[in-house]
Amino acid sequence: MIKTLDIAAVRADFPILHQEVNGKPLVYFDNGATTQKPQVVIDAMAAYYNKTNANVHRGVHTLSQLATDQFEASRETVRAHINAASTKEIIFTKGTTESINLVAQCFDGFVEKGDNIIISAIEHHSNIVPWQMLAARTGAELRIITANNAGELEMDVFDEILDSRTKMVAVNHISNALGTLNPVEEFIAKAHKFGAAVFIDGAQSVPHMHINVQDLDADFFAFSAHKVYGPTGVGVLYGKESWLNKLPPYQFGGEMIKEVTLQKSTWADLPHKFEAGTPHIEGVVGLKPALDYINKIGVEDIAAYEHELLEYGTEKLLQIDGLRIIGTAAKKASLISFVVDGTHPYDIGMILDKLGVAVRTGHHCAQPVMARFDIPGTVRASFSFYNTKEEIDILVAGVERAVKMLR
Amino acid sequence: MESTIKNTEQEIIEEFDMFTDWMEKYDYLIELGKDLPLIEDQYKTDENIIKGCQSKVWLQAELQGNKVRFTADSDAIITKGIIALMVRVLDNQEPQDIIKAEMNFVDAIGLKEHLSPTRANGLLAMIKQMKFYALAFQSKLMQEKK
Repeated sequence: MIKTLDIAAVRADFPILHQEVNGKPLVYFDNGATTQKPQVVIDAMAAYYNKTNANVHRGVHTLSQLATDQFEASRETVRAHINAASTKEIIFTKGTTESINLVAQCFDGFVEKGDNIIISAIEHHSNIVPWQMLAARTGAELRIITANNAGELEMDVFDEILDSRTKMVAVNHISNALGTLNPVEEFIAKAHKFGAAVFIDGAQSVPHMHINVQDLDADFFAFSAHKVYGPTGVGVLYGKESWLNKLPPYQFGGEMIKEVTLQKSTWADLPHKFEAGTPHIEGVVGLKPALDYINKIGVEDIAAYEHELLEYGTEKLLQIDGLRIIGTAAKKASLISFVVDGTHPYDIGMILDKLGVAVRTGHHCAQPVMARFDIPGTVRASFSFYNTKEEIDILVAGVERAVKMLR
Repeated sequence: MESTIKNTEQEIIEEFDMFTDWMEKYDYLIELGKDLPLIEDQYKTDENIIKGCQSKVWLQAELQGNKVRFTADSDAIITKGIIALMVRVLDNQEPQDIIKAEMNFVDAIGLKEHLSPTRANGLLAMIKQMKFYALAFQSKLMQEKK
């Protein structure tokens, strides 16, 4: 039995929600771009600077020890959150984009001419371009899992393009532009039969569902702290220890070395081998309370409530004449991408903004998705567990008003 | 009174002073957008496109006598309304005046947010492009004088 979330109490934890924008109460529906931060995250980051600030992994002095303890405690929280086997498998990066770039750039030695790399037609640009570049550097072929009209990836196409020369399959867990929840377990199991590695972009899934990287058997899995109620500038790269040991270092400098002479260096052990330079310490420190917060509320309860919002929003929005939802997969995360006949998404977004409603408009950094559906862009409302049905009513009324003005 | 850039800017500022809220302002921009003569399809080329992140803007310019004539279009109607204002201010002016134009009216009528680079809707790029055309026509005129 799923307990009902106390939404009023939840909202009280997020100070930013209680303000007016353009003279109207803020309705924040751009959670797919970034989520707001609960007070515990803000407090942890302020406390870090007020009391603990020191560089990590270096000093013998007390503050440095404390900062290192907090930094490493966050790594352990991340490990537990996604059920990685070891903290050696948790690399802190700048964000999902850097996590993808790290693996793509370190993968040259594992791909050669005649091999292929598989991505999907519904990826964020950050999960397209690094693989295009890897393909260009190595002479490998880039193959695409196409999507059907609902925005679901076509498994039969995957079966066709996957072969023994496939070295990497990189797909998102949930599409940022469409909300599609992809069958990554199936991709992973099939890819492994051909010896291919699999990279899962979990930027949109970690905020909405329980993740178990060992059950998934993903070789790599990435997400961003700021999309899961933590600070910007911090991301996570999970990689199986065996893979991370095989990959060469990504960047070189302090923190990632074991021994340096003027002629030659050796690398630090995992995870530090991939963390050159002073990291984003306060950001990493802020990620722990963010994950603790959603775990306290309960990821399953969050998912159930957000699904309720998705169903409610879908039903209400579809009542608007000429509104078409882009991304109608059977399994979807709580975001709705839509277009309205005779209007441009940008215009709708501008008018909604004046009504205090924050949505994303445009191509969502997924131009191939827009090309697939032959549209210039969409309006995207992405929900979080601090949103309410009343807010969805405000969105729907706003869209109706905008359409009336624009047509 | 001769229609100078400054005069037209002042006219627009006075028009917008009448509006009491953003709804009226947007309604007016939408009307302007709907009224803007569409750029002829032959000029809706990739060469004339100013790609913003969100809305597309097309701009076509030519020299008639010593004046620059602009036509423009956008796929988004509010953007198109703002474009209509810019064309109204800079169309049929001499290149040297276009180059010097400060375009302060956008700020004065409360639409500056549309010009911020982060909005990336192509409007900032459009002003730059209009001035670029003016610069090119000016050097052409100067060469003809020689």
